[in-house]
Amino acid sequence: MSMLNQFTWVILPYLCLVVFIVGLIYRYRYDQFGWTAKSSEFIEKKHLVIGNWLFHIGIVPVFFGHVAGLGIPKTWMNALGVSDHLYHIGAIYIGSLFGFMTLAGMLILTARRFAIKTVRKLSSASDLFVNVMLLAIVFMGMYSTLVTNYVIPEFDYRDSISVWIRGLFMFTPDASLMTNVPLSFKIHILLGFFIFALCPFTRLVHIFSVPLNYVQRSSILYRKHRSTGHKN
Amino acid sequence: MKIKAQIAMVMNLDKCIGCHTCSVTCKSTWTNREGAEYIWFNNVETKPGIGYPKRWEDQEHYKGGWTLRKGKLELKSGSKLSKIALGKIFNNPDMPEMKDYYEPWNYDYEKLTTSGEKKHQPVARAKSSISGEHMDLNWGPNWEDDLAGGHITGPKDPNIEKIEEEIKFNFEKSFMMYLPRLCEHCLNPSCVASCPSGAIYKRDEDGIVLVDQEACRGWRYCMTGCPYKKVYFNWKTNKAEKCTFCFPRIEAGLPTVCSETCTGRIRYLGVLLYDADKVMDAASTLNEQELYQAQLDLFLDPNDPKVIEQARIDGISEEWIEAAQQSPVYKLAIEYKLAFPLHPEYRTLPMVWYVPPLSPIMSHFEGKDSIQNPDMIFPAIEEMRTPIQYLANMLTAGDTKTVKEALQRMAMMRSFMRAKFTKHPFEDSKLARVGLNAYQMEEMYRLLAIAKYEDRFVIPTSHKEGYMDTYRAQGSEGFGMDCNGCGPVSPSMEMKSGKDLYKENFYGGIWRD
Repeated sequence: MSMLNQFTWVILPYLCLVVFIVGLIYRYRYDQFGWTAKSSEFIEKKHLVIGNWLFHIGIVPVFFGHVAGLGIPKTWMNALGVSDHLYHIGAIYIGSLFGFMTLAGMLILTARRFAIKTVRKLSSASDLFVNVMLLAIVFMGMYSTLVTNYVIPEFDYRDSISVWIRGLFMFTPDASLMTNVPLSFKIHILLGFFIFALCPFTRLVHIFSVPLNYVQRSSILYRKHRSTGHKN
Repeated sequence: MKIKAQIAMVMNLDKCIGCHTCSVTCKSTWTNREGAEYIWFNNVETKPGIGYPKRWEDQEHYKGGWTLRKGKLELKSGSKLSKIALGKIFNNPDMPEMKDYYEPWNYDYEKLTTSGEKKHQPVARAKSSISGEHMDLNWGPNWEDDLAGGHITGPKDPNIEKIEEEIKFNFEKSFMMYLPRLCEHCLNPSCVASCPSGAIYKRDEDGIVLVDQEACRGWRYCMTGCPYKKVYFNWKTNKAEKCTFCFPRIEAGLPTVCSETCTGRIRYLGVLLYDADKVMDAASTLNEQELYQAQLDLFLDPNDPKVIEQARIDGISEEWIEAAQQSPVYKLAIEYKLAFPLHPEYRTLPMVWYVPPLSPIMSHFEGKDSIQNPDMIFPAIEEMRTPIQYLANMLTAGDTKTVKEALQRMAMMRSFMRAKFTKHPFEDSKLARVGLNAYQMEEMYRLLAIAKYEDRFVIPTSHKEGYMDTYRAQGSEGFGMDCNGCGPVSPSMEMKSGKDLYKENFYGGIWRD
């Protein structure tokens, strides 16, 4: 059991992160042509416009919520004046709001991808898989927050999961912290790590192409041959 | 002043017969691939009509091109910040869909040969290239050819909608013209400004606008940004594609495929020199109808010694300066003012120019002796079958005066040349009315009517030797990088050891050739 524990909560996460980083570097170096947002808006727009907007507007705050919630220790939060009560209001209410947006968006997008014939036809296996994975992760996340936290109110992920994940990133992993974590959280976490490993090999790479420098760059771009004196 | 060179095109619509040879040869060269079935870098539309994609000229719908906001030039689809801040990057709301163009299809030809014996002949049914299912065709790449269904789609043409008086689409009053369209390779390209990834760029050397396929991330803003809807989305590669102006041919001094194969010889290619520092100001001209003049003012006289001197300083080679002096585009668009940019009101400063067509003249000529009295042509232009206002809505943001003047110059050229060939007297002083002289008339005639290959296409080659080893580059592009024997033999290309080479070439004591 402890061997399995060690594998699931230490080896596997590290493996996923290594695949994530090495995979990304590899893809960036060797597959610029394949690196795209892979939008299907051109084929189907009506449902995408709502679903995609909801999903993305939801997922960005959800991601940063995870970073803050898992990354900042309870004691630091308290020191900053954020009481447990205040934290929970933030995590439950604001988190759920964006969580619901993400879930609703994902449901629309999934329905669209599987039910609309042309969209399904143009989807690769990887597109379909990523879609199902994301839906499952978001669903398990919402389930853990709303159902599990309600059914098992004595469980506090900030004393177990948060400590464990910080340990991972500080290279002091401790699998035992995850032993008593409810199953729904476990599934959410494992799927989460898995999708990080998948990321370099799927359309998800577009996350890293957020065009941040677009706002300040000049409107018209000229490109010149690498000239050595001559022009034209 | 910063002088740049631009390869530009003129199309003489007066001679376009709408044969679609340009479209077909372009397609078979560039877009006969999966994912690009619906893409026509070049297409020919029958006007009036809604075109490809449907109603592409309706910028209130598609939000293409530029607009002035508080006197400042801004993309019509919104500022750069709004794309990021409003989350528009997640779902481009103004993007055209495939159904705005058409769903590509093929025919189930196999059925014709595999079908068993039946009461009726087997039929090759249309099959969607996207879903693979049978489909009923109700729109296609050239559905309105020669005014097919023109009584339905014609009134929806945005250029028609802008005409206040009612246009009749009955047979007696109907009119039509052809409009071949391709990427305009604009001086102020809104697709370039729209691209969040910086993948679209204008080539500094010749002004050709290209999409870097490696840098494109498929955000699709270029599709919205281009008011001519000439940047396409390849649904297979999920990247943007557009007309390349056949740059490999242009670099070699050859005309684009569409120009080369044009049966009517309507296309002209040549160099224009312009002042790059003034582009922004010209595109920001307040009054839409003054944009045409502002665009004209950007171009520099290639025979002016001062311009030549500055061009040399800015690194333009002698060959290119000479080509600019011989440029048919300069003559037609700037000197004779016969050709106009398509929809200057989009503020992109397009570089494909159109000579408006003269069309049958309705009332004035009928029953009157036009040969005897060539002056009749002047008032008659007002009575042309194609309303001047319609042409003006396309070419000069609605300013009929300039379009009319161009048509008058063309009509005058006809009178002048007719008099010459029929040995009728012609008072050269009449020419002054259209601001041209006899020499220019004959030049114009030679360019427009005779249209010799070498007069239509004056394209200087690019000087690749300045930045690459062209000898070594031979055979390195085209059918594949691993083609042995396509280019010169070099140690870097051949991965064979000396021993292998010896074995291969020295056989039985005899050197092979």
